[in-house]
Amino acid sequence: MSLFDAMDIAGTSLSAQTVRLNAIASNMANANTVSSTPEDTYKAKTPLFKAVLESQLSGDASQMGVQIDRIEELGDEPRAEFNPGHPLADENGYIYRPDIDVATEMVNMMQASRSFQNSIEAINTAKQLAMRTLTLGK
Amino acid sequence: MAASGIDKALGISPQVLALRTQRMNLLTANIANADTPNYKARDIDFRSALEQAKTSLAQLNMTNTRHMPLAGSAEQPTVMFRQPLQESTNGNTVDAQSEHAAFMENAMRYQASLQLLDNRIKGIKNAIKGEA
Repeated sequence: MSLFDAMDIAGTSLSAQTVRLNAIASNMANANTVSSTPEDTYKAKTPLFKAVLESQLSGDASQMGVQIDRIEELGDEPRAEFNPGHPLADENGYIYRPDIDVATEMVNMMQASRSFQNSIEAINTAKQLAMRTLTLGK
Repeated sequence: MAASGIDKALGISPQVLALRTQRMNLLTANIANADTPNYKARDIDFRSALEQAKTSLAQLNMTNTRHMPLAGSAEQPTVMFRQPLQESTNGNTVDAQSEHAAFMENAMRYQASLQLLDNRIKGIKNAIKGEA
């Protein structure tokens, strides 16, 4: 139980949000990746968060950090597009694009970056308090 | 018993700081888990927790002259779940705004207690040195 625990907990949030940002970046980067078969099409990824007892990370039992539980692939059907002139078109003249809504991803990204900022702020405050406590009685 | 004399002079501030730290950790956990599905926001009732810390200190029995008084550690306070004003669809009960407000308030009050403690320590130091 110390101010460093607060930093640890906020730190778990920073790494979780970073994974989330990476997944979002990957989704947006591959929004226009086409392929010849529906199976090969890029699937949007989304990380699932899980609260984890700080005791599993360090020693204290009462505090909860956050961890990536697993990364799920969203099962959205790829969009088929009739484009016979495309070099990747299949024998019926279709190419397949992943069904990624860039606007949704952007909203998701903003949420992740806000959460990141919140945790940074918590760390900063904890740091300031710890520094002031260190200079106690000087 | 010189140590307990100084302890007495420091008043309740050490317990307050310990509790504030605990509350800060809880609030940080709430902020960290703002996006975690099914996470329930938690907090402590500061008044009753401080009351608990005070009485647990007073109840400490010292049957031997070499027993040391309990240092400024607040007893593990009772952690409770927050009643959400509006629950989100993923079962998360963290209200980021109110958590932030509580976090900042807690930090301010921590600093206030720190200032009090600081002044008391300075007073004791002055008394020891015999300066004005």
